[in-house]
Amino acid sequence: MGQIIANAVILGCTYALMAIGLNMVYGLLKILHVAHAGIYTLGAYVGLLIFRTLTKSLWPGLVCAMVAAGFAGVAIFHILYKPVLRRPRYIALIASAGIFAASQELFRLIAGPYPYAFPAQFVFPAIRTKFFYLTSTQMLILSFTVVSFILLYFLISRTKIGVAWQACMQDMDIAGTSGINVNRVITLNFFLGSALAGAAGILVALYRNSVFPTMGALVSYKAFVVVVLGGLGSMPGAVVAAMLLALVESLLSAAPWFEFPRDALAFLTMTIILLFRPKGLFRR
Amino acid sequence: MLGYILTIANFACIYALAILGLNILTGYAKQVSLGHAAIFALGAYSQALLVTKAGIPFFASLILASLISSIIGMLFGLPSLRVSHDHLVLTTIGLNFIVVAIVEYFDFFGGALGIVGLGTPQIFGHLLATREYLILVVGLLILALIFCWFFSRTWAKLLMEAIGEDELAAAVLGINVARIKLLAFAVSSALTGLAGALWAQYIGSVFPKNFGLELSITMLSMLVFGGMGTIRGALFGALFLYCLPEALRFIQNYRMLLNGVLLAAMVIWQPSGILGKGGLLDWQNIVRKRKAQ
Repeated sequence: MGQIIANAVILGCTYALMAIGLNMVYGLLKILHVAHAGIYTLGAYVGLLIFRTLTKSLWPGLVCAMVAAGFAGVAIFHILYKPVLRRPRYIALIASAGIFAASQELFRLIAGPYPYAFPAQFVFPAIRTKFFYLTSTQMLILSFTVVSFILLYFLISRTKIGVAWQACMQDMDIAGTSGINVNRVITLNFFLGSALAGAAGILVALYRNSVFPTMGALVSYKAFVVVVLGGLGSMPGAVVAAMLLALVESLLSAAPWFEFPRDALAFLTMTIILLFRPKGLFRR
Repeated sequence: MLGYILTIANFACIYALAILGLNILTGYAKQVSLGHAAIFALGAYSQALLVTKAGIPFFASLILASLISSIIGMLFGLPSLRVSHDHLVLTTIGLNFIVVAIVEYFDFFGGALGIVGLGTPQIFGHLLATREYLILVVGLLILALIFCWFFSRTWAKLLMEAIGEDELAAAVLGINVARIKLLAFAVSSALTGLAGALWAQYIGSVFPKNFGLELSITMLSMLVFGGMGTIRGALFGALFLYCLPEALRFIQNYRMLLNGVLLAAMVIWQPSGILGKGGLLDWQNIVRKRKAQ
């Protein structure tokens, strides 16, 4: 039981890493960023590429994956979303879905449809107690998530650009007229969110020991479920919802009498919650 | 070679029928659906079950399958009454997963092995060859086109467009938003479900893997490419994007890539599509401009 909960927390961390980027984009631009899944997969592939060709160490791969994912996110904003910001929002969403489908195909064409192994060796402490055992990979995911969220929190609440970001969240036009460089804030927003998604990609690839073109699809929709549960645009809500979803999924799929596929369950839950609480569970 | 062309023509027309359905929901009422593959699957599975399990004759089962998809599609539309545009897209994305999971999980729907052995369709004991099936499909497509043309001249279509433009303003003007939205879902699902049923009957088997999010994205890119909100756009987009990779074999491997990039590029730089209102090749617009000069 303790082990199931420990695994669920790790799963929840990966959901939260994905969801935070989606949430940042939605909070700022009110766009559902479906292409986030492509960035997640990009992170995993870049990490694998660096790992296999340049070094046999994990860390350069992780850094490169985050940087590449961040720049990809910025490129998506500037090429795709910026021209259509003033138009109805579903336009950006359709474009995003198109880029998502295209990116999956691009990975398949470049790297082939089969999964790659990710056999990185690295030194990181593991934790073994009476109730659960966290491997070093799991510890890496956990500590990475906690550290990056704390850093993100300080960035948003304590720095100048963070305050500017909050202002843009509330009203972008007024923030712009008060002298905030809105463009720079959005760019930074996309860079950070996408970097976290890229990191999630490489961490999950490490955890599951496989990289394949469609790996982003399901996780990204799960992240949407998390974002909806937590309330679109609310960061703490997203983290809580990620943990909640992971916990419920893990417990239900551990139960022997419950055989319904858990992926569909997440969407069923989301649809029902949208019907009764359209603003999410944790929002008034 | 002739058989190959007939097969392509069959599929292209079936897709055109499905896109005509999508056009009513996404083109008129502006409710973007990334879940039309699920509705297509509803039609296909209804047809397969009606034919193999209930033994209902071919033509009656087509109509029944269309009706069933219409009713369940209306249920799928229920979230649209509560949530805004972008949330609705999320629920429609989820529909793909839910429908695939349900048909995969329950043995009644054949599980992962699908349903096979629909048999050759027959009317009054006469077995339909591929050529005759094409005539049937084209006939139904023409019927659907006539229906859509009539539909586009009714109040319902105008009300849908009003809701698509501004829901609140439409509600203030006294339009029953809920009823019109559900009507859009029902009509749209009936057409797409009919296409699904024809598709299942032509292939002779259905598998859960046939209907995923990719099919939904393909359908949407067909509609956006042709031109949202116009019948000619829906028809052209489906026929062109289905036939293009078949005509140019080297694109075949890049099909989904092409669809995705086209979807993004069209919606940003040519939002009214190739044949839509004010689109690249909108002949009415071109003629009007020339007269004005």
